[in-house]
Amino acid sequence: MKRIAQILLVAFGLALAVFTAHAALSITGAGATFPYPMYSKWFDEFHKKDSNIEINYQSIGSGGGIKQVTEGTVDFGASDGPMTDEQLKAYQDKHGFPVLHFPTVLGADVPTYNIPGVTAELNFTPDALAGIFLGKITKWNDPAIADANKGVNLPANEILVIHRAEGSGTTYIWTDYLSKISDEWKTKVGKATSVKWPVGLGGQGNEGVSGLVKQTPNALGYVELIYAIQNKMLYGKVRNSSGQFIKADLASVTAAAAGAAKNMPDDFRVSITDAPGKAAYPVSSFTWLLIPSKIPDAAKRDAIKGFVKWMLTDGQNDTEALAYAKLPKEVVAKELKALNNVQ
Amino acid sequence: MATTTTIESASPRAGSRSFLSRLREGDEIARLITFLFAATVVLITLLIVYELWLGSVLPRHKFGFAFFRTSVWDPVFEQFGALPFIFGTVVTSAVALLLAVPLGIGAAIFLAELAPARVSDTLEFFIDLLAAVPSVIYGVLGIFIIVPVMRDFVQPWLKETLGFLPFFTGPAFGIGFLTAGVVLAVMVIPYIISVSREVLLSVPRDQREAALALGATRWESTWKVVVPFARTGILGSTFLALARALGETMAVTMVIGNTPLISDSLFSPGDSIASVIASQFKEATGDLYTQSLIELGLVLFLLTFVLNGLARLLIIITSQRGSGTAHA
Repeated sequence: MKRIAQILLVAFGLALAVFTAHAALSITGAGATFPYPMYSKWFDEFHKKDSNIEINYQSIGSGGGIKQVTEGTVDFGASDGPMTDEQLKAYQDKHGFPVLHFPTVLGADVPTYNIPGVTAELNFTPDALAGIFLGKITKWNDPAIADANKGVNLPANEILVIHRAEGSGTTYIWTDYLSKISDEWKTKVGKATSVKWPVGLGGQGNEGVSGLVKQTPNALGYVELIYAIQNKMLYGKVRNSSGQFIKADLASVTAAAAGAAKNMPDDFRVSITDAPGKAAYPVSSFTWLLIPSKIPDAAKRDAIKGFVKWMLTDGQNDTEALAYAKLPKEVVAKELKALNNVQ
Repeated sequence: MATTTTIESASPRAGSRSFLSRLREGDEIARLITFLFAATVVLITLLIVYELWLGSVLPRHKFGFAFFRTSVWDPVFEQFGALPFIFGTVVTSAVALLLAVPLGIGAAIFLAELAPARVSDTLEFFIDLLAAVPSVIYGVLGIFIIVPVMRDFVQPWLKETLGFLPFFTGPAFGIGFLTAGVVLAVMVIPYIISVSREVLLSVPRDQREAALALGATRWESTWKVVVPFARTGILGSTFLALARALGETMAVTMVIGNTPLISDSLFSPGDSIASVIASQFKEATGDLYTQSLIELGLVLFLLTFVLNGLARLLIIITSQRGSGTAHA
């Protein structure tokens, strides 16, 4: 009887050892919705490469990502906007070590519009966009718009501005851009995931905004580049800091990041809207992973570092298939170095 | 076999006291259990208020009563006022009830009093089906059907005919208070019809017969006797509809325009409490912002509470007057 018990115990112990060795190391993350399709593809690919590691990501929104990583309920967070100084301080106060930003891919916002009889790609100057969204430019044939679009017959109709109703990273990028090119916007409205809009209507999500724009004559709104590409929408060019009218595409968005890379701060918290560079599309942005600089669990630490390293190198080849712009080489090199700070 | 018979025959007589007390014990248990069930309702209500109260400390201290009076909602500069959202919630619900109550009660009267039973039951089936449609479906229907119809036909027509009223002025986007109210009306009509029909059907037959015997026409007996008799229940259906309209989130947020505005015009875009919470809570950053949204939840709770209280009062008043006229 005793022997049987011993044998059973040993067998159980062995089974447990085998089971734990094969059990997936589970890592959880939460945050931004914008890069979610990219992340879920990456996590899936990475799991195929290393079946021991399973990364669960919940796209609860950037605000939620920052909150959860600060509270320590997830292993890493993700956000479309960098954390503010206060948020970083709150993290440092709570944990005793900082949280680090790692850019993963790039996104951009594009202006989309519905003017009866106009099928041309319109050119928008920064002043025109700021004026329209501040409610100062109210007609499509206003000289601020018309002068940049010679040859396009713009009607004397009222512009109807459509913005996002819910808080979103898309709005953060758009308002960040407007804050950079217009002092009035910066002081009156500012940048955030949702703001007090001077004019216009709110639509829910990219699909809500594009739906309203498509339905309503003389409407102008902004949507994510990926959404515009996937739905083959008509969108305008925006004049960049070098005076060029640039159509947003994957190359011009990566160019914006490359333009900003020269002055990249060590913590990667940088806005690349209105970035320098001839080919740079001005309404572009990074999206970030938020990773604690100290991960006590060695297995988890190695897994997270391994994933980030893979994502920055091989993983970047997957981006364009999903219409995300990839990181410029300079940024990747700098990030790989910064990864050593995770201990 | 024999013993069983003895016990059966003996128990009602000899053990009558113990049986009664046991019955009473059973009553006690049933009373206690059902009381606990009823108490959970109160408990949940109190818990919600308590949690909302705890969760909104910062804005209550910072803004105080100004939260109810101011209309700036600025997440960047952390200024929060609930007035436009309260306004939007009340206005859209009022529009919804104005449209839905006459329609709903009219339909209920037809179904309960005038339609053949088979027609009535078939239609009731469809009405119950309508009541079960998820609100996001109504929102999508709102965007793709009601909004274009409002923009291209209803609003221009209202402007032409009733444009002298401030309610029907300004640009017609097809999105805004009026459209949200119409979508809500479509959503709450099934409730009004369904409950009112049941109430009308439960009016005792002799009430009708008495009226007919006195020489009233069928319509007179319906309108002057049956409907007043069922008034309390019909009002009840209206308040159920009101509660649904006040708290509706998805369908409203998809068609109201999500802009915190207070405007005379029903064509204007606006926002409601439930809608702004749904849109902004997920991405809200900063404690004051998040807690202001929680306080909005508290405001919606209070608003529902106050309106429900008023509703009860109305029921009390009208039921007294109702019985008075019935006697006269």
